[in-house]
Amino acid sequence: MSLKANSRDIGGVIVIDLDGRITLGDGSALLRDLIRENLDKGHKKLLLNLAAISYLDSTGLGELVSGYRLVKSNGGELKLLNLNKKVTDLLQVTKLYTVFDIHNDEAQAVASF
Amino acid sequence: MSLKPQRIEVVLETLLDSIALAEEVGVRVAAAAGFGEEDQYRIGLAVHEGVMNAFQYGNEQSREKKIHVIFELLHEKLVIRVTDEGAGFRIEEIPDPRMDENVLGETGRGVLLMKAFMDEFDVLVGQDGGAELIMAKRYRTHNNSKAS
Repeated sequence: MSLKANSRDIGGVIVIDLDGRITLGDGSALLRDLIRENLDKGHKKLLLNLAAISYLDSTGLGELVSGYRLVKSNGGELKLLNLNKKVTDLLQVTKLYTVFDIHNDEAQAVASF
Repeated sequence: MSLKPQRIEVVLETLLDSIALAEEVGVRVAAAAGFGEEDQYRIGLAVHEGVMNAFQYGNEQSREKKIHVIFELLHEKLVIRVTDEGAGFRIEEIPDPRMDENVLGETGRGVLLMKAFMDEFDVLVGQDGGAELIMAKRYRTHNNSKAS
């Protein structure tokens, strides 16, 4: 499996710790499913922890965008945490850095919801 | 390492696994050409995006079709060509995802990343009508000019 995930509930904010590659195939599908499952359970405050993401392609970026749109359309918020340099560069090149609410500190990120 | 100009051809099956395989080949060729780690990553990602485009959009995941990747180590640059067996497309048809009306859209990021991470990028019509993505990265220092 190219992507692993672990979810934690921190005061009503679901922190999803992602580890691996978010690319076309299993990785992007897992991310998509995780976001949908949380929405189905009524969780609308989602924080994706990308600290351990080693690789992201355009499909992975597309899943982040799709997830953002889906959560927002359901009245929720999806935010990003702990971007490494590669992920930051990709978000900047695609101008997505201006779209997402991005944090470097988990406590601050959780408090921002 | 000193390399003469040369050409490496790879023919891939239209399989999801071919994307990561092509990326790895791209990284290895870039390393052999003398590119540093950052450029190896960028070249690998560009190859990944090109082969992914061929897999998804060009060949439409059809197992009967192939994806052709050619690496050319020239005197001044590494040229990479990714050709599919689909219907082809024009680069003008691809929306720019950086524009406000497209930033949350679904398409265009793969082409954008290839353009951003390589020094040269274009889309041509391949010999058999499919799309040929042609991209290039210039060697960074005099020491990276590999032709003898």
